[in-house]
Order: sequence, then structure tokens, then C-alpha cells
Amino acid sequence: MRSIPRPQRRAVALISGGLDSLLAARVVQEQGIHVEGVNFFTGFCVEGHTHAIRDRKHEKPKRNNALWVAEQLGIKLHVIDISEDYKDVVLHPRHGYGQNLNPCLDCKIFMVGKTLELGLIDDLDFDFVLTGEVIGQRPKSQRRETMPIIARESGANDRLLRPLCALNLPPTLPEREGWVNRDQLFGFHGRSRKPQMELAEKFGFSDYAQPAGGCCFLTDETYSNKLRDLWQAQDSRDYQLDDIMLLKIGRHIRPRPRFKLIIGREEGENRFLAGYRKQFTHLAVTNYPGPLALIDGNPTTTDIELAARIVARYSQGRAADKLLVTVTSVTGVTRDIEVTPMAPNELEPSWHVGS
Amino acid sequence: MSAPNLPLKIVDARGLLCPLPVIRTQERIKQLAPGTILKVLATDPGSLEDIPAWCRVHGHTVLETKREHHDIQLVIRVSD
Ligand code: SF4
Repeated sequence: MRSIPRPQRRAVALISGGLDSLLAARVVQEQGIHVEGVNFFTGFCVEGHTHAIRDRKHEKPKRNNALWVAEQLGIKLHVIDISEDYKDVVLHPRHGYGQNLNPCLDCKIFMVGKTLELGLIDDLDFDFVLTGEVIGQRPKSQRRETMPIIARESGANDRLLRPLCALNLPPTLPEREGWVNRDQLFGFHGRSRKPQMELAEKFGFSDYAQPAGGCCFLTDETYSNKLRDLWQAQDSRDYQLDDIMLLKIGRHIRPRPRFKLIIGREEGENRFLAGYRKQFTHLAVTNYPGPLALIDGNPTTTDIELAARIVARYSQGRAADKLLVTVTSVTGVTRDIEVTPMAPNELEPSWHVGS
Repeated sequence: MSAPNLPLKIVDARGLLCPLPVIRTQERIKQLAPGTILKVLATDPGSLEDIPAWCRVHGHTVLETKREHHDIQLVIRVSD
């Protein structure tokens, strides 16, 4: 008698672009499961952004690691924009923040939940979700106690498999049903990367991304300070996608509580800032090479003069007695003002946002 | 019989940073029939790497990539 072939089970893997999710997906693939990947755009992702903006003429653009991982695995990768819904995670994390403004635990819960939704909405019909989490790998979000919280609060429950540390956790549905063989999963734990590196070697993966710190700007202290400054200045904890993009680039200088300057540091940043000319009053030195600067806030006439002196200080005319700065309003009305570039000792260190 | 003169499908991702050009391309392709030709305009140099990589993993064909100064253009044929 011929046996009826068992349907191929389908899993969706959260692909961050790092080594752990690459390995987790491969471990499950090895067991004959059809795997597809999902990668989320929160607006805070580190991926290539500053690199893309800054003008590095001779460098190749940085690869997108999540797509690179998908190619290594030969799987489809769904890149999903969750930036709008993600605001709630950043602004009201039920489990609080990590060292900076990184709401890692809430973020994980949210992403696993969104992955489930993807399966339902797009009718991709996945049997389970997998992640590259390892118990003890990260102090806040990847602990023994947080594993069941993520499973429960995301709604995935026992359809959430962590192939790299499964042996330290109770068997999940895919293991109990025999879709995956628990004996071929792993019991990694702690901060050591050695077991992962050995496994990578076994699978023949090299050239994988080595994450420095977290996977997003929210783990960065300077970035988090800039975000707090934004909330304080607008007197509400909220943000738009443009706000958080702009926090990634330029010098942010707040000489008065009611406005700040975003000053390009080189050609690429100036060009990027130029894309915002219709949204912000902007300044540029007229007769010397120099940066483009946006004004964010509600400056008075005196403030604009102060802003012009600061912008002049970052131009190549900084040694001049006087120079002209062109100020352009959002409606495109321009006027030139003559100012003395600010002396370095006049620029208060506390005006530098983020440090 | 000549092909019907369909309007060219365009994704304008100029000014957007990666991975947004990839996301916009993905969203558009989801709505398009196999065989459709899609043109993507972008300015982030990363899209020259990322969009073809995304197309490779999903089986779509990149017919052409062009870069003139800061303007990038990719032409894609949607697969089944
Ligand atoms: S580092 Fe950022 S993206 Fe990664 S889990 Fe934490 S909040 Fe989420």
C-alpha cells in the first residue's frame, strides 16, 4: 500500500539580517519545512540609511542584510512597513525600555504578532513562526522569563519555535506534532557566540553580518537623546516618520527651546536635507561653500539671525568678518541676511542635541 | 497581433531610503499580473543592490538598471 505523502509544512521566519535568524531558518529548512522570511521596517532600522545618505563616492552601497540572508537560504523575503503601527510600541511600551529608548520586549511581541497577521491577511497560510532568539543572548528581551511572554502576548503561543534554544524550552506544537524533529534542534544559551559560529561553519555560511549592539537606532544613546529632545520640544511624545529619519543625519543644534537647526555635514546629507526644502525654512551661505540647514520649530526674527550665524560658522567662510546667508521659507520666499559667523567659543556645548 | 498598448506601470521611490524603495516595489508588484513591466525610479544607491536582490528571491526579472548621476531606474518583469 502506498502511503499518502504528508503535506509540506510551512514556516515563516523573522529575519533580522543577523546570524541567529539565518541559522534558525536553515535548521528548520534542513528538516524539509518550506520557509519564507519576513523583515520589518520600523523607521528606526540601522540598515544602510546613514550610509546611503552620506556621500561615499568610492564605496559600494551597503547590502541589505535581510535580503542577503534570504538569498543564502533561497527563500522569499517579505519586507513589511510597520512604521505607523510601531509608534505605539515606541511611545507606550508595556514592558518598558532597555538601556536607551529601545522597547525590545514589546518590539518582539509586536513583530511576532505582525508575522501571524501576515500569514492570515496575505493568505500565506503558515503553520508556525520561527525566530533566532537565544535565551540569555540579550539582557532585556531574550531571557528565560521573556520567552513565554513573547509567545503568549503575540498570540503565537505554541506555534512559536526558537530552533536555536528549543531544547531549553518546553516542546512547541511543531515539535509535538512531529513536523520538526526536536532532537535536531539546539540548546544554545548565554551570550557566547561560539556555538552559532560553529553552526555557521557547518552550514558553510561566511561573510554574515556581525551585529554591533542592537538591530535599531533606539539602542543608540545619542539617537535616543535626540528623540527625547524632540518630544520635549514639541511638548508631546509623538513623532512622524520624517522626524525620526532626520534624527539619523546631520548636526542637530538647539540654541533656543523653540527651534533647532539640522545642518548637513557633507554633500550627501545636504542633498538629503534638500528633499525637505518644502517642509522647513532653510538656510545656506551665499558666497562660500557650506552646508544646507533646516530650521525645525518656530523661530523669531532674532532666532533666524542666530541660526544664520551658526550656519555661517560651519561654512568655508567661517573666518570672514561678514557673509551673506540666504534664508528660504517653506513657500520659497528668499531673503539674504548679512551676519558675522559665530566664533567657536560662542557655540554652547549644551546646544548640541544628543550628546 | 501587437501587444496592447498598456500604460507603463511606475513606482516612484525617489527620495526614499532603503528599504522603502523595496517595500514600494513589493507592494506594487503584488497588484500586478505576471508579465507586467514595471519601472522603478529611485535615488538611494542601495536600491541598485536591494531591488535586484528582492527580485531574485521572488523570481522576478530585472530587465534593465540605469544610473545617471543620482537618478536610478530599474525595469522589472513580474513573474508568475
Ligand atoms: S533593538 Fe530595536 S528592533 Fe531590535 S528588538 Fe530592540 S527595539 Fe526591536
